Amino acid sequence: MTELAYIRNFSIVAHIDHGKSTLADRLIQLTGTVAERDMKEQMLDAMDIERERGITIKANTVRIDYPAKDGHTYVLNLIDTPGHVDFGYEVSRSMRAVEGSLLVVDASQGVEAQTLANVYQAIDADHEIVPVLNKVDLPAAEPDRVREQIEDVIGIEAHDAVLISAKTGLGIPDVLEAIVTRLPPPKTGDRDAPLKAMLVDSKYDSYLGVIVIVRIIDGVLKKGDRIRMMKTGGTYDVDDVGVYRPAMTSVGELGPGEIGYLNASIKQVRDTRVGDTITHEKRQTETALPGFKPSIPVVFCGLFPVDANDFEDMRDAIEKLALNDASFTFEMETSAALGFGFRCGFLGLLHLEVIRDRLEREYDIDLITTAPSVVYRIFTRDGEMRELHNPADMPDPATVEHIEEPRIKATILVPDEYLGDVLKLCQDRRGIQLDLTYAGSRAMAVYDLPLNEVVFDFYDRLKSVTKGYASFDYAIEGYREDNLVKMSVLVNDEPVDALSMMVHRDRAEMRGRAMCEKLKELIPRHMFKIPIQAAIGGKVIARETLAALRKDVTAKCYGGDATRKKKLLEKQKAGKKKMRQFGKVEIPQQAFINALKMDS
Amino acid sequence: MRDADQGAGFGLYVHWPFCQAKCPYCDFNSHVVSAIDQARWKAAYVSEIRRIAGLTGPRVLDTIFFGGGTPSLMDPDVVAAVIDTAREVWAPSNDMEITLEANPTSVEAARFAAYRDAGVNRVSMGIQSLNDADLKALGRLHSVAEARKAFGIARDCFDRVSFDLIYARQNQTLDGWKLELTEALDMAADHLSLYQLTIEDGTAFGDRFRRGLLRGLPDDDAGADMYEATQELCNAAGMPAYEVSNHARKSSESRHNMLYWQAGDYAGIGPGAHGRLTLNGLRHATDTPLQPTDWLRAVETGGTGDLTVQPVDGAEQGLEYLLMGLRITGGIDLGRYRSMGGAPLDRAGLERMVDAGLVEQEAGRLRVTPRGRPLLNAVLREIAP
Repeated sequence: MTELAYIRNFSIVAHIDHGKSTLADRLIQLTGTVAERDMKEQMLDAMDIERERGITIKANTVRIDYPAKDGHTYVLNLIDTPGHVDFGYEVSRSMRAVEGSLLVVDASQGVEAQTLANVYQAIDADHEIVPVLNKVDLPAAEPDRVREQIEDVIGIEAHDAVLISAKTGLGIPDVLEAIVTRLPPPKTGDRDAPLKAMLVDSKYDSYLGVIVIVRIIDGVLKKGDRIRMMKTGGTYDVDDVGVYRPAMTSVGELGPGEIGYLNASIKQVRDTRVGDTITHEKRQTETALPGFKPSIPVVFCGLFPVDANDFEDMRDAIEKLALNDASFTFEMETSAALGFGFRCGFLGLLHLEVIRDRLEREYDIDLITTAPSVVYRIFTRDGEMRELHNPADMPDPATVEHIEEPRIKATILVPDEYLGDVLKLCQDRRGIQLDLTYAGSRAMAVYDLPLNEVVFDFYDRLKSVTKGYASFDYAIEGYREDNLVKMSVLVNDEPVDALSMMVHRDRAEMRGRAMCEKLKELIPRHMFKIPIQAAIGGKVIARETLAALRKDVTAKCYGGDATRKKKLLEKQKAGKKKMRQFGKVEIPQQAFINALKMDS
Repeated sequence: MRDADQGAGFGLYVHWPFCQAKCPYCDFNSHVVSAIDQARWKAAYVSEIRRIAGLTGPRVLDTIFFGGGTPSLMDPDVVAAVIDTAREVWAPSNDMEITLEANPTSVEAARFAAYRDAGVNRVSMGIQSLNDADLKALGRLHSVAEARKAFGIARDCFDRVSFDLIYARQNQTLDGWKLELTEALDMAADHLSLYQLTIEDGTAFGDRFRRGLLRGLPDDDAGADMYEATQELCNAAGMPAYEVSNHARKSSESRHNMLYWQAGDYAGIGPGAHGRLTLNGLRHATDTPLQPTDWLRAVETGGTGDLTVQPVDGAEQGLEYLLMGLRITGGIDLGRYRSMGGAPLDRAGLERMVDAGLVEQEAGRLRVTPRGRPLLNAVLREIAP
């Protein structure tokens, strides 16, 4: 147990690629926390997907012992927080668990929208913030301009920003000194008070069960203690407490101000809610920590196995994944077109992609993903309100009084030469401009947008119209009524429920045309011609015809080709398995998601 | 037809792997070298024929086919040695068909008489186009005039002469193709092979295509239009298709190629040659090394040119018979398909194809209709087990 004065708890706020993981790696390396031969990149990101995409999904923590210039050895606890808008709540909890932040900004790129969102979380959590300018060794670095930008845009003092290159190791000792001298120790902490600890995050380990990351506020947590989760009410016996270095290392106890893990034979991550307060069963703290929020999915889609025989495997896989992710919901769904599958709820699109990737990769199941949908509120004429998670469940429009949809407040930072394209994109997506300001050569546009216009490919489009220079963040604002209708798609006169979607009435024709044109490209020609239609109720609003296949034959086939031809046919038959049969028509699995992508 | 019991006959395929230049569309096993030791090749071929005869035992030999590469670069005495040895080890059928593929250049035409004297009675000439600019684009070394002249010499030397054309070429129009095909039908003797240009991986065209540099190829619909025009013109000229890309006057089909399409037996010798041989009542697939020097070394030092000799089980045999047999107008004999061990066809798919008029079943045979033929791959995906 360490005296509060010698503890520093901090997080690192940074935009993707601005060097957060590399800086964390250097801090770990320079303090000798990990032996040189055991170092690997992105030490703290455990999942393949995290390493691959350069993102952090789960909070991680590492404890570093640092002998400072003042002669004392300090305990530095770094919490590496998720950095994506989808995990905003998780970020806010991680921020509450520490007292300071390093704000890492790329010295040539400057501040990005995501940095802003996270730095505001840090400010909200009363952090001391030390700006760190990374990549100052690059020729394009403009530390003076970026310092100014930090002061203008974020409004924090930046003249004494630490200049570093996480890649080369330049300035890392200065960062360590700044953590000790410029960040505060934990404010309070009463060793003798009843245990009060924050559940920062948790993850499933196939050997140990659920591992919980905790920040102790008051009291002492020891092995053998019986603890209680104040929100969920669960009680558990603590098998082990320890810290990450970054390997799990048991310690006798965790005292006030400390961050570490506990392992208490908890079976499901579901039983551990981020932000919950942990106390002793016998001697409970009187007040729980403020700010607890259950996580609520905002984006829904159907996931179906391509091969119907995989359904049971898929159910197992989804249940296993759900054990490790309380924010992901699922329920069985039956689609006329796709058979048995699941309607799943996610915190956002990244979350959706991560879960889908993990199902496909870790469990080897080919999936069909249906159109992502937000949660609509349907107000019926008999005065009731129900939530609509799936356009296929849309009630008869005659019974509907009005429909409300979720809206977001989006913040977009963009170099001003691309501003026109960004404004047009927001306009096209039914956005209402709330604010437009300039900081240097960059504009910050704030828009009120319908979430359903953003869930699918808004971010892709934004990146493409700005050549990747725009950054984007959003927060859900609330619900608002609008003129929304269900658009269904018919292929060869059969409705394909998995392609139906909610659209704004004014945009229905445009969306319908785009959808039919896309499907015409995506569905391979068949031996007969196929009408593709979009309709609202019984009214067709767009139509395309896919011409019949006219030629598909191998021109030359002699003695030496028999083997090759046989292999080709086998490959083609395997390819056929990746298609789904709708009446007489086969639709490739990719079509379901690609049909929704709009070119503008 | 000598179908059911004895298979569909027995032939010998001889692969000559050398060309003067590689054509950009060709994915056959061909190599360009500065010097060829013809005597060494002769010895290797002869040795292989004797070895295989030892495996097959006595059989009636119906056909020999010299393919390549460019077999018209072979010394006539190599061709003669192959034919003589084959005649010696197997019993030649009365009307044995001996075909040699030839390029239509003056150099090669000068050897035609010698090939005839060696026993060749049919040539198949790679004319490919009757348009000089297109011949250049296809990487061919001859001109139209030269090809016509060589073809004339061939007709004087051989009873049976065929030639190949490639259509759906870059920037080719439907009208252009009709005109060219009409000219071709005027000069044709008894057989024509008309191939739609296929862009294969691993060829110069394939490479250019992937990089988006192969422009002006007709799209699927234009290609289909050309295919249909091809059928009309050939039917009118009395040379209907008897296979997807092969047209002949009555009884002038390539008997050797019919062996492939009717699941007959064939021995394959030379680099990259494949064979199908019934040995001790069991059908086997054979293949050989692709590289000419590897094959030569294998024959000379290992005593066999075969890389693998593998039994083919009934289901696989059936699948091959189906894939190959539906290419020809006669289709397949369903009784033979079952007796070789072919797996049951996809019944629902078959019904759909019959309903759509793409496939017909009659007197124990399964055939693809003229409408179904250009869709054969799609038809196979529907009906194959």
